[in-house]
Amino acid sequence: MADKKKTMGSGVTAIFRKQIFIPIAALLLLAVFNLIMDPSFFEISFGYNSAGHPVLTGNLMTILDYGSEVAILAIGMTLVTAASGGQDISVGAVVAIAGSVILRVLVGLGGDGTLQAPIIVGFLAACGAAMLCGAFNGVLVAVFKIQPMVATLILYTAGRSIAAWINNNELPSVTDETFTYFGGFIPGIPVPTPFFIAVVCIVIALLVLKFTNLGLYTQAVGINAESSRLNGLNPTFIKWLTFVILGLCVAVVGLIKTSRLSTINYSVIAKDIEMDAILAVALGGNVLSGGKFNIMASILGAYVIQFLTTTLYKFQVSSDALPAYKAVVVIVLVVISAPAVKEKIAAWGKKVKAQKGDA
Amino acid sequence: MKKEKKAADGALTAKKGKLTDTSLLLIITVAVFFVMYIGAMVFLQKGFLKPQTFFNILNANAALIITACGMSLVMITGGIDISVGGVVALVSMCCAVYLDFMGGNVFVSIIIALAIGLAFGAVQGFLVAYLDIQPFIVSLAGMFFARGMTTIVHTAPFNVENEAFVALKGTRITVPGMGTVNKLGKYVNAYVEIGVIVALLIVVLLFCMLRWTRAGRNFYAVGGNRQSALMLGINVKKTRFFAHLLCGILAGIGGYVYFLHVGSGSASHASGMEMNAIASSIIGGTLLTGGVGNIFGTFVGVLSLSTIQNIVSSIGLDQAWWTGITVAAMLCIFLVIQSVLLARKK
Repeated sequence: MADKKKTMGSGVTAIFRKQIFIPIAALLLLAVFNLIMDPSFFEISFGYNSAGHPVLTGNLMTILDYGSEVAILAIGMTLVTAASGGQDISVGAVVAIAGSVILRVLVGLGGDGTLQAPIIVGFLAACGAAMLCGAFNGVLVAVFKIQPMVATLILYTAGRSIAAWINNNELPSVTDETFTYFGGFIPGIPVPTPFFIAVVCIVIALLVLKFTNLGLYTQAVGINAESSRLNGLNPTFIKWLTFVILGLCVAVVGLIKTSRLSTINYSVIAKDIEMDAILAVALGGNVLSGGKFNIMASILGAYVIQFLTTTLYKFQVSSDALPAYKAVVVIVLVVISAPAVKEKIAAWGKKVKAQKGDA
Repeated sequence: MKKEKKAADGALTAKKGKLTDTSLLLIITVAVFFVMYIGAMVFLQKGFLKPQTFFNILNANAALIITACGMSLVMITGGIDISVGGVVALVSMCCAVYLDFMGGNVFVSIIIALAIGLAFGAVQGFLVAYLDIQPFIVSLAGMFFARGMTTIVHTAPFNVENEAFVALKGTRITVPGMGTVNKLGKYVNAYVEIGVIVALLIVVLLFCMLRWTRAGRNFYAVGGNRQSALMLGINVKKTRFFAHLLCGILAGIGGYVYFLHVGSGSASHASGMEMNAIASSIIGGTLLTGGVGNIFGTFVGVLSLSTIQNIVSSIGLDQAWWTGITVAAMLCIFLVIQSVLLARKK
C-alpha cells in the first residue's frame, strides 16, 4: 500500500520535474489567461500586405514572427549559460554591429540604396563580425577568466557606438525588395520568414548536438571545468566556442532585424533583447549557473516570452515599460528555482504529507 | 629586472607579497591618473590649466563617485550590482515628478530618494544573500525594473522649476585660493556644488568604515573566502545583505546628487552609469573576485575615467560614441591586467 502510494507520488513529481514542464505550464497559463480576458486574441486573419503578397496576420503570427528572433538567440545563449555559468548581455549591441555590417557591405556609405553586393556576402560579413565579437567575449571569459556578464558588459556599452562608427553614424537604407523577405514574407508564403529561419537554425543545432559531442562536453565543462580538464577536455576552448556559436546566432538575428526595417537605428535595434534571451533560458528551466541544459525547452521558453510580450502590448503597456514587467517575471522565476526556496518547499511538502499520514 | 623582482618576492613573506600586489593596482591607477592629467595640462593646455576644470569634473561626477563607492562595497564582498544606473534614473524621475507636479518640498524629496534606494538595496540584498541567487541576475532584473518604472512614472523628460530646489541646485561653494583671472581681468572664484561635498564625505566615511570597523573588515573577509569567513564566525549572509543594502542607499543618494546636478527628470538619465561605476571600481583596484578593494582607489578611478572622457572630447572626438568606446576600452585593459596579476599570484 505504502509502496503504491510512493510510486504514484513519484510519477506525478516526475512530470513536474521534467524540464520542459515549466515553459509548457507558463504557455498554458498565458493562453488560458488570454482566452478568458479576450478570446479574439487568438484570431488569425488572411490578407494582403502593402507589396500585394498574401499574409496571415494576428497575434499568434506576431508571436511566431518575433519569438523566432529570441528563439535563435536562445540556442546560443543556452550553450553559453551551460558552459560558462554566466550570460552574454552584449547580444543586443552585437545585433546592432551585425546589422550595421550588413548595411555597410550591401549599400555602403552615401549609396542610393541599390545593392552593391549579393545579400549572402553581406550576411557572411555580418557572421564574421558577430563571431569576432563572440570570440572577443570568449577570450575574456575563457582565457582571462573574467565573469561572463562583466566581460560582456564591455561590448554591451561599446557595441552600439561601434555599430554607429561602422557606418560613420549614417543610416543607410536598402531599396531592394528581396532584402525585405528575411524579416517579412516571401511572396506566396503567408507565414513570416523568421519562423522558417528559426526552424533551420533549430534543426542545425539539434543535428550538431546529436552527431557531435558538443552537448556532452558543454555540460561537463559547466558542471565542473577542472574535472573535465582532468578528463582530457579543453574547457577554455569549449567555453570560447560557445561564445562564437552565440555570435553566429546573433548575426542571423541581425539579418532579420535589419531586413524588417531595410535600415537600422543604432540605439533602438534589438534593445533589451538580451533580457528576453536570458529570460528564455531561465524559463526553459535551465540552471543559470551552468551545467545541464535543454535547448528545446529554451526555444519554447523564447516563444513563451514573446507570448507574454504580445499579451502585455495588448493590455496597452508601452514598449518602454515592458522591461519592468519582465523583470518581475525573472525575479519570480529565479526565486522559485533557488535551492534555498526549493528546500523550504520540499520541507513544507513533507510536513503536509506527514500530517496526512497521521490523519 | 625580472630577476630582481623574483628575489624580492622570495625575500618577502607570503602575506607581504600579497599586500604589494593589491597596492600595485592602486599605484597603477594613481599613476595613470596623474600621467593623464599632467599630459593633458602639457599638451592640451586650454582648460586643463585652470583649477576650475578639475572642479567641474568633480561637479559632473559627484553622483558617479557615490554610486561607484556603493559598487565597490558590493564588489569587495564578491557581488555586483548593475541596477545603480536604473535606480539613479528612477530617483531623479520620482523626485522631479514629486517636486514639480505635486509641489512637494525638498526635504521630503530627499527622503523619497533614500527610500527608493533602500527598497532596491533591501530586496536585492535579500535575494542575493538569503536566497543565494546570482547577484548579476538579480541586479539585471533590478536594472530593467527601475528603467521600466521610470517610464511608467513619467514618460517625457522635463525640467524642474520648484523654487526651493532650484535655489539648492544653484548653491555654489567657493574654493578659496583656486580662482583664476578671466579675459576681462576679473577674478573668478572656483566653486564646487553641494553634491561634491556629499560625495567627499561619503568617500571619507566609507574609507574609515572599511579600514577600522568590524563591519568593514567583515566585507573583505567574506569577499576573500566565504568558507573561511563562515568558519571565523562571521555572519556571511548578513554581511552580504548589508553590502547590497548600503549599495542601494548609496545609489539613492547618488540619484539625488545626480538630480541636483541636472535638475530634470528623464528616462534616459544615467544611461550606462552602472558601467561607469563598475569600470571606476575596477580601475581603482577592486577585484571582481572580491576581497580586494579600496574606496580611495575607486575615487581616483572615477577621476581617471572622467579625465579621459574630457580629454577625448577636447581633442575633437566629440561624437557621443567615442565616450562609450573609450570607457569600454579602459575597462577591458584593466580587467586584463587584473586577470594577469591574479594568474601570476597563483
